[in-house]
Amino acid sequence: MPNTSLKQSIKFSWLFKMAWRDSRKNRSRLLLFISSIVLGIAALVAVYSFKDNLQRDIDAQAKELTGADLVLDSRKGVSKAMQKMLDSLGDERSQEKTFASMIYFQSDGGSRLVQMKALEGKYPYYGSIETTPVAAADHFQEDRNALVDQTLMLQFNAKVGDSVKVGDLNFKISGALNKAPGQNGIAASVAPIVYIPLKYLAQTNLIKTGSRINNKFYFRYDDPSGVDEWVRKNEPKLEKEGFDADTVESRKEQTGRSFKDVNRFLALSGFIALLLGCVGVGSAIHVYIQEKLSAIATLRCLGLKSRHAFFIYLIQIFFIGLIAAILGAILGTGIQFLLPLVLKDFLPVEITMQVSWPAVGQGILLGLIISILFALPSLLSVRKISPLNAIRISFEKTGGKRDLLTWIVYLLMAAFIVGFTHLQMKTWAQTLAFAISIGVAFVLLIILSKLLMFLVKTLLPKSSSYLWRQGFANLYRPNNQTLMLTVSIGLSTAFICTLFFVQGILMSRVTLSSGSNQPNMVMFDIQNTQKERIDSLTKSFNLPLMNQVPVITMRIEEINGKKASADTNNRRAYRNEIRATYQDTLTAAEKIVDGKWIGKIKPNEKVYISLDQRYAQQINVGLNDKILFNVQGMMIPTVVGSLREVNWSRMQTNFRVVFPAGVLEEAPQFHVLMTRVPTSELSAKFQGEVVKNFPNVSVIDLDLILKLLDELLDKIGFVIQFMAGFSMVTGWIVLISAVLTSKNQRIKESILLRTIGASRKQILAINAIEYFFLGAFAAGAGLILALGGSWALAKFSFDAAFVPPFLPTTGLFVSVVLIVVITGVLSTRSILNQPPLKILRTEG
Amino acid sequence: MESILNIRNVSKIYQSAGRELTVLDQINFSIEAGSTVAITGPSGSGKTTLLGLCAGLDRASSGTVELKGIALEKLNEDERAAVRNQYVGFIFQNFQLLPTLTALENVMVPLELRGAKNIKAQAMELLEKVGLADRSHHYPVQLSGGEQQRVSLARAFSNQPAILFADEPTGNLDAETSEKVIKLLFDLNKDAGTTLVIVTHDLELAARTTRTIKIKGGIIISDENPSYA
Repeated sequence: MPNTSLKQSIKFSWLFKMAWRDSRKNRSRLLLFISSIVLGIAALVAVYSFKDNLQRDIDAQAKELTGADLVLDSRKGVSKAMQKMLDSLGDERSQEKTFASMIYFQSDGGSRLVQMKALEGKYPYYGSIETTPVAAADHFQEDRNALVDQTLMLQFNAKVGDSVKVGDLNFKISGALNKAPGQNGIAASVAPIVYIPLKYLAQTNLIKTGSRINNKFYFRYDDPSGVDEWVRKNEPKLEKEGFDADTVESRKEQTGRSFKDVNRFLALSGFIALLLGCVGVGSAIHVYIQEKLSAIATLRCLGLKSRHAFFIYLIQIFFIGLIAAILGAILGTGIQFLLPLVLKDFLPVEITMQVSWPAVGQGILLGLIISILFALPSLLSVRKISPLNAIRISFEKTGGKRDLLTWIVYLLMAAFIVGFTHLQMKTWAQTLAFAISIGVAFVLLIILSKLLMFLVKTLLPKSSSYLWRQGFANLYRPNNQTLMLTVSIGLSTAFICTLFFVQGILMSRVTLSSGSNQPNMVMFDIQNTQKERIDSLTKSFNLPLMNQVPVITMRIEEINGKKASADTNNRRAYRNEIRATYQDTLTAAEKIVDGKWIGKIKPNEKVYISLDQRYAQQINVGLNDKILFNVQGMMIPTVVGSLREVNWSRMQTNFRVVFPAGVLEEAPQFHVLMTRVPTSELSAKFQGEVVKNFPNVSVIDLDLILKLLDELLDKIGFVIQFMAGFSMVTGWIVLISAVLTSKNQRIKESILLRTIGASRKQILAINAIEYFFLGAFAAGAGLILALGGSWALAKFSFDAAFVPPFLPTTGLFVSVVLIVVITGVLSTRSILNQPPLKILRTEG
Repeated sequence: MESILNIRNVSKIYQSAGRELTVLDQINFSIEAGSTVAITGPSGSGKTTLLGLCAGLDRASSGTVELKGIALEKLNEDERAAVRNQYVGFIFQNFQLLPTLTALENVMVPLELRGAKNIKAQAMELLEKVGLADRSHHYPVQLSGGEQQRVSLARAFSNQPAILFADEPTGNLDAETSEKVIKLLFDLNKDAGTTLVIVTHDLELAARTTRTIKIKGGIIISDENPSYA
């Protein structure tokens, strides 16, 4: 048998030539199909580039962020032993005390709560305190000078040379503070910074017992190479003394870590856009190959081997995918320049945006992999196209049973989704939850579409009018597009709606209400001796005393007899300072969920305290556990008597630890008073009086904070919407291209109907009925999936309640249906505008 | 004369709605090299199925199909593709030109698949023979039905096939164009000395061949001027 003579010598170059020829007249359409991944790649490249640039800038600027080789800080006092250690460290030393305080502008009469930094020494050793004039930073410590935040100076019309009162002492403003080391825009606007020399701090009389002061010690080393090692060795000792250590390296890690979540969210939004792109690629290539069935069969008749046919289309997808990925990378590189504009207020470093080639490369590679991987199931079916299709058009579609290779591709697709999700999510539990949700959504949509076909076929009344019968019959007849469109429209709708709902959940979580009867001013650090007088001053301004509570600072010494050193699993509980209160009744924001509330006790009775239930979980204690508190030197044994649910979003002082009345009355304490000031004029006047008479009392203008918070939330909201927008736009593109590609299935039928005398109106009506029903069904299914998904996310991930917004939900549903119907009908209309013969010949 | 195609006890059974449908039942015949044969029969008689089996487009359920001495049922799909490229030419009722290729490129494809050299000149020569040299750069959609079938003829002869299968070659053409195309087909066939197998309803066309095999209900009901029975 002359089989040896049958060897074909097809050159690879011919396959490229054939791919090029075959793609003629289809390239723009192919690009449209694949355009859905352009936005996904763009989003990812933007996010990756931003991440790269941020990391590079953090690395480069970490020294300036820290300002020293070693920073030790503590909220506790400094013991003698510790002081000895501090004196022995570094080749140069600086000290800073940071605390909240009011300052009073003499020229304007205005006052404002600021972050006071009393500094001694040449800190920062790296970078600088940026001031106007520049020399002010170097010389302000020489006299009774202050460096005041530039925005604050603008707000109070202050000039260099003016005077500000800090506590009992006046300081001359020697410079406007433009930027302090490691400070970002948001922190500066919430708590503006004022520098004064440390040597004058005592004279201000601001430091009282219980004042919340952060002591910072900065060290510069001629040779800083051993600093990290020193910190590692001395960590237990530092911890015991209540000190935290910060080095250039740890700051790098910390700063990078704090942006990991932001990056993760951004990357995940990009990934969802990309997943939609995958759906788009999959369905578009499926339709493309269906259209090529006859050409492939002819080539097979002429002797083309199945694998060569496969390669011809693989080459096309490779190049179109490459173009789409490159376009996406270019777009993403452009968009990355927008991200720092949006995020700049949150960034501690100056971002120098550059093209990140690794990000671009990663994006292009990813785009290419996705284009090919998600096109492969359709591409593999090319190998199964029988040459018989050339002589019998209705012989068969693209092969019946799926072969092993196709199943391997499905596995690879699943592995890709899981792997990539894991790269973004980092934990397997979240990864699997996400991947399984997508899988379940996919399977559910397939089942639903099959069910729809079955139901329509079974229940369609035979007596209904021809147009309705024909429109509905299109849903289940051969060549129907029900499965493909239900899956692609359903998934797009599910993604779009889920993002929309999640955005709503996130936004409502961070929105604070400021109702008309809520307090809008808080005064704290009120000493026992000042309490009565402040009350009178407040009343004299006709302002209500809305929430008046004592605050006592304490630490946990022992839990159930275990000291911090013995309870290694629960270090956090002992480490932080606790601000507790005592009260005889619960407030409206508190509800007992376990145990019994005891509001008052007699001397020598057991002290039953109440804990916020989440705090109790955090420190691993439950009802009847024994906690020994160190209240500024005095040990007070207590028993957990009840657990409370606390509504932290209520505008009032809330506490994690509440003592009953009768225990802490004599302990060193300060008081907090809340009131509501109706106008900003009265607010300024009242604040001025408080600062003049009670220099140590701090006043927080909540209206101002709420305004700042609103701005902050707007910015966060914009970032969320910006990234979610990518996915939504991609979703729409997939949806529109799914409908547009499906039109090919209906072209011939529409033209044939037209040829045998159906009116234009009738054909449009048939198509409108089919697309309306498909759109409504797929969108409804997608919406239900989104509602379920959002509910689950709200409950398990965000721990928030989810109430679907009725109007936007209806709006989304109607928009999807309208887009499907309009796109479907418009595509038919364009065909009906041409003579039937022309279309028949083009299609034939 | 040497036989180029041997069909022995060939049956084709399809599964349809859970039932077996015998489309061809125990077919036997041989075709001599260089002869012209018409396979005729009413719609649904099985003639296109038979053509598919003879040309190696499909596998028989039973029996053997030998083309140029090669037993097609022993080959896999890719090997059968190579046989088609080497020995077989096709003419289809609906022309089956590749819509994204020009007339010239369509004619070149079988030669390119073979890895032949100087193919452009050969393809142009064939287009000249079918009178379409001046339309060589036109796409199928820019050609009339008759012109498309002429390009299809040029393509069918381009790889100098040993056997040419034509499936209702005039089925989509008007009488006048059909006549021209048929004349061209027979002229080209005579020049090339190719074996020609035509599946057709058209008895006039069948009469032009040296032999007519009539099929009905999946069996041969007559074989005029047979060389093998």
